Amino acid sequence: MHADGLILVAKRECPTCAMVEPVMRQLAAGSLPFTVYSQDDPAFPAGVAGVIDDRELEHSWRLGIETVPTLLCLQGGRETGRAVGWHRSEWEDLSGSGGLGAGLPDSRPGCGSRSVEPGVPERLALRYGGVRFDSRAIRVAEDEDPVEACYDRGWSDGLPVVPPTELRVLRMLKGTSRSPAEVLGAVPPALASCTIEKAAVNAVMAGCRPEYFPAVLAAIEAALDPAFALHGVLATTDFASPVVVVSGPVARRIGMNCGVNVLGQGHRANATIGRALQLVVRNVGGGRPGGVDRSTLGHPGKYTYCFAEDESDEDWEPLRVDRGFSRDVSTVTLFAGGGVHGIWDERARAPEALVERIGEWLARIGFLGNPAHALVLITPEHYRIYREAGWTRARIKAALAEASGGKILIEGLLLVRAGGPAGLLTAAIGGWSVGERGSNPITREIGT
Amino acid sequence: MSESERLLDPTSELEPPSREPVALPASLDGLTVGLLDITKAKGDLFLDQLGLRLAERGITVRHYAKLTSAKPAAPEVGQTIAEECDVVVEALAD
Repeated sequence: MHADGLILVAKRECPTCAMVEPVMRQLAAGSLPFTVYSQDDPAFPAGVAGVIDDRELEHSWRLGIETVPTLLCLQGGRETGRAVGWHRSEWEDLSGSGGLGAGLPDSRPGCGSRSVEPGVPERLALRYGGVRFDSRAIRVAEDEDPVEACYDRGWSDGLPVVPPTELRVLRMLKGTSRSPAEVLGAVPPALASCTIEKAAVNAVMAGCRPEYFPAVLAAIEAALDPAFALHGVLATTDFASPVVVVSGPVARRIGMNCGVNVLGQGHRANATIGRALQLVVRNVGGGRPGGVDRSTLGHPGKYTYCFAEDESDEDWEPLRVDRGFSRDVSTVTLFAGGGVHGIWDERARAPEALVERIGEWLARIGFLGNPAHALVLITPEHYRIYREAGWTRARIKAALAEASGGKILIEGLLLVRAGGPAGLLTAAIGGWSVGERGSNPITREIGT
Repeated sequence: MSESERLLDPTSELEPPSREPVALPASLDGLTVGLLDITKAKGDLFLDQLGLRLAERGITVRHYAKLTSAKPAAPEVGQTIAEECDVVVEALAD
C-alpha cells in the first residue's frame, strides 16, 4: 500500500533519471506528498528527503514499473495517472505544478526498470507475488550437491538433470499460457495425474528452455492418448519407445535440428523435448527399467528420441498435412519406435528401384512377423530422386507399402523428410504391435 | 534457505520424500553380521563383546573399522560390508 501523492521510480544509472534530478527536487518542494523509490542507489536523487531504497525491487514490482523514470499519482490508494519517461507536460499535469525542469528538453525516453531485466520478474514474483506450487518442496541440505540429490532420489535417467528449483519451474511455466493446475492426463504405469506444473518440473530437469514447453506438453498429451498405448510401449520386452516428430514452423522458431545428424546429439531442443517426455514417464508415471519397463535390450532412443521435419523443399508435403492438420499449425507426432535401420542406396536413379530396395528393408522390420507401422526418414538426396520423377508423398507411401510385401500397413507408414544434404540414405524405424491391441501414431497440435 | 536448496518434487508423490530403512530380519540365523567400529573410544570393546556373543550362537561375524570417527567412511568400507554381510551393527557413541 502506497501513500497518496506522487511516486517516482528511478535509478541513478539511467541518464534520463540523472537528467531530471533537479525536477525531483522541485517536486519534493511542491504541495503534494512526493516519494522517490530508488532502484540502485538510495543516495539518489541528492537533496530529496525520504528516498526509499528499492534495491530489492519489491516496490517496483508491485507498482508494475517497466521503465524508469516513471511518475505515478495516487489518490485514495488508487493510481490516477502515470507518466513513463520524462515528458514535461505530463509531469506538470500529474503534479499540478508549472515550470518543471527549465532548460531541459520537453521529453526524453527512460531506461528499462531493473525489475524487468531478464530473469528478474520471475524471481520477484516468487518472492513477492504469492506464487504457490502444488508439488511438494524437497529441501536439500546446505552442503548437498543438488544434482546428486536428484540422483539420490531416483529422478534421473542416468544423465545429470537440472535441479528443479522453484525459480526454474516458474520460468518454465511462463512458456505456456495454460494453467499450472490443468491436468494433462494419467501417466502409466501408476496412472498418476500429470499437471502442467509436474510437466514443467520434469521439463526443467530435462534441460528444456521455456519456449520448448508447448512442444513437450503436446508430446505428453499424444503419449497419453489411449490409442498410443503408452503402458504397453513401456512394459514390452521389445525395443519400442516414443519417437517425437515435430512438424511445422515451431521447429525452426525453437531451433530444432532437422538436418545433419538429425537423429544424433548436439541440439538442445531435440535432446531435451524427447527427454522431458521420458522423465515424465519415469517420475510421474513411475515407469522405470526393471520395474514396469521390461525392455530386454532397450536402445539409446529411450533417453531421448526427438527430431524435426525438414520443410526447406516446397514440394514436400509436411507430415502434419498427411496427418490431417493444416500447414499453418505445428504438431508433434508420436510413434512407438525401435532402433534405426540405415538404408544406403547409391545406385538407384529412378524411384522404382529405390523403393524396391527400401521395401526389402521394410519387409524385415515388421513386429513379430505381423504387419506393422514404420517411420521412414527420407534424406534430401534420396528425396531428389522421387521429386525429379514427380512423385508425391502419397505416391511414395503407396509404393513403399506395396514394396514391403504387406509387412508395413500404409495407414501407419509415416514419411518425414530429414537429414543432412549429403548422403544417399533412408532411415527406417520399425514400430511395435499395432491397432486395437497395440500402439498407433498420434498427432497433436502444439499450442501455446 | 536459498532458492537452490528447495527443489520441487517431479514425481507423483505417491512415495514419501525420504527413504525408509530396510526392514530388520526376523532372525540372524544363517546371516553374516558385520560390526563396524567407527573408532570412537571403547566402541571396539562393545563390538568385540557383541561379536563373541553372536559367535557363540553360531552366527558368522566380520569386523570393520572406519579410519577416523571424524569423517564419513570411505566408500570401499560400505561397499565391502554390502558385499560380505547381510546385517551391520555400527557402534556410534563413546
